[in-house]
Amino acid sequence: MDDKPLYEGSFAVIGGNFDHAGEVSSGIKAILKRMGLSSDVIRKVSLVAYESEINIVSYARKGMIRLRVVPDSVMIETIDEGPGIPDIDLALQPGYSTATDKIREMGFGAGMGLCNIKSFSDIFHISSEIGKGTCLRMIIKTNHRS
Amino acid sequence: MTLREIKELLDAEVLIGESQLDMEVKTAFVADLMSDVLAFATAGSLLITGLTNPQVVRTADVLDIAAVLMGRGKRPSPETFQLAEELNIPILTTKYILFEIAGRLYSKGIRGCIEKAGSK
Repeated sequence: MDDKPLYEGSFAVIGGNFDHAGEVSSGIKAILKRMGLSSDVIRKVSLVAYESEINIVSYARKGMIRLRVVPDSVMIETIDEGPGIPDIDLALQPGYSTATDKIREMGFGAGMGLCNIKSFSDIFHISSEIGKGTCLRMIIKTNHRS
Repeated sequence: MTLREIKELLDAEVLIGESQLDMEVKTAFVADLMSDVLAFATAGSLLITGLTNPQVVRTADVLDIAAVLMGRGKRPSPETFQLAEELNIPILTTKYILFEIAGRLYSKGIRGCIEKAGSK
């Protein structure tokens, strides 16, 4: 983690703004494409960023997605100001969801988001504080550069 | 199968991607739930869905989905249409229900992008 980053940037996400949900993730995908990362890595990172972005839009007032690319991995970190998750183990169970109808209309809220994020990440860390917000940190290894 | 063959087989209308009809597709995934698409669908597959909101196109973009086929006569919302144009993702629509779409494509050699959950 002490490697000098090849790219570092933060992107704001506004809660409740479903019309623009996914824009940050599309932007991140474009950045990684320009950097010439493998399509497999780009897919994993985009997916992880997208599910995280949907979570912020769905549940938080606002949040931030941070992208950090180092020679052997890509890190996605999300920090939101929201209600927090009371029971993280429960939230990580496939199928568990507290989604509203609005979220379900968009094709989400089936309780797969956090499981998807975890399964597509090589390293996954979550912390949450009730009434404050949730932080996620995901690392996807690239392994195609030394 | 090419998108053109799929279009003809399913009597589909091409809403976006007229210039990409020679694209070859070998696998497909059917779902109305985008989280399941994200969990299971693979790059280059055809996404068959009844959902019409912009998240269908975002999901397709994230996964490098070849094209979106909307069943049951569903059509994209104006926002979805605009986003698909922007991201250059073909959208086709057909009146066939999803079961019929899947059956007809399978009989022509298109396969699921995975057979069972957990077999990835």
